[in-house]
Amino acid sequence: MDRPLRLISANPVDRLARIVEGLLVVASQPLSVEDLAVAADDDAERIETALRLLADRYGEGRSGIVLERVAGGWAFRASREAAEACARLFERPVERGLSAAAVETLAIVAYLGPCTRPDIARIRGVAADSVVAGLVERGLIAEAGRDVEAAGAIRYKTTPLFERVFGLESLAALPRLEDLGGETDEIRERLEAVAEKRPA
Amino acid sequence: MIVRELELDLDAFEGPFDLLLTLVLREELELAEVDVVEIVLSFCSRLEERGRLDLDACGEFLVLVAALLELKARGLFPEEELELSELEPEEAAEELARRLADYRRMKEAAAWLSERLEGESERFFRLGPAPLAPRIERQLAPQDPERLGAALRMLAAEPPSVSLGHMALRFPPVSQFLERFRAVLRRRRRFDFASEVAGLSRIEAAVAFLAMLELRKAGEVSLEQASSFAPIRVTRAGVEAREQEWIARSA
Repeated sequence: MDRPLRLISANPVDRLARIVEGLLVVASQPLSVEDLAVAADDDAERIETALRLLADRYGEGRSGIVLERVAGGWAFRASREAAEACARLFERPVERGLSAAAVETLAIVAYLGPCTRPDIARIRGVAADSVVAGLVERGLIAEAGRDVEAAGAIRYKTTPLFERVFGLESLAALPRLEDLGGETDEIRERLEAVAEKRPA
Repeated sequence: MIVRELELDLDAFEGPFDLLLTLVLREELELAEVDVVEIVLSFCSRLEERGRLDLDACGEFLVLVAALLELKARGLFPEEELELSELEPEEAAEELARRLADYRRMKEAAAWLSERLEGESERFFRLGPAPLAPRIERQLAPQDPERLGAALRMLAAEPPSVSLGHMALRFPPVSQFLERFRAVLRRRRRFDFASEVAGLSRIEAAVAFLAMLELRKAGEVSLEQASSFAPIRVTRAGVEAREQEWIARSA
């Protein structure tokens, strides 16, 4: 709606966009609209307008820097065009060598978190200690208080870094658990089928 | 084939199956660390070597392994033991189906995440040092510099030197008693050892006793004691001999 205005350099929204741009360059983590509003000393609605302006300017195919909405805020990243070159120069240590057990654990914490290691072990059927420690070290999950009912066991939740690495706007961007496989009825039928084959 | 003698070579255990069971039952071996699949594989390969199906052995093995698995399952979920044992078979099947469904959903979710990660591998972004770690702000309560001064003064003071007096036994020299006894014997011909050392400490009395023996050795005195624990009489040498002569003469 404000698009034609961005060509006019004296436009106050354009000026605000430049300030937001500066804030995002300095930040090493996604900034929420609220963070930006406080820092720029402006109101959230105008910040959103400025962000739309910037997202348009810093879009894939237009710029080597891309503005994306991720982990509950806004952050700059390299364009996909530059990915190959980036990969030659930089590692992505956070997700390098993430085992299947680690991704499963991550899924459990993302959907059921905050949850304890015994909660994870109950679902996966094996002890979760080392996998959880590895995920904490990578910064993908973090401690989130203690479970008073479970003898003070530490509870874990996913971090904003998790959302960022997986390119999620928020945890709400995960597919609904009900939409994923695991129909109880179907599994029960299969169990019964196995039981029937068993000679009485 | 005797199942109990089945030799096992596992990560957590090496030896016959029988010993493994004993150790587990005595809780000397953590069952969670035992790979039951390895046991089954050992048994199957042994069975294969024999080339014929030993039904008795298979039956025994099944019973033992089933018991082992049950123990392991209970060990992994100790708090649910009661809750599950109260379930009817149908309820238990329902519970099992529910849990399998839960797990399968999580597996699907994990697959979705893996796929997502694959698709996002082209996203490079900047991470500052420890980007999302919460910052710890340590705030001290206001402190009184006088108290710090007092604490330091206490530490800086020279500690009182520890007395080692009790460690050393201080003996008076034997020569002191030699002189003393000789002086006594110059005035008197004989004396009672006990009355001479009366009032001295135990150590001093012992040294005095040594001095007395020393005088005897040198032939300066003669000693006599009527019976055990009777007073010891110390007599100047020569006196006794003369007395003996006198007694002999008067006899």
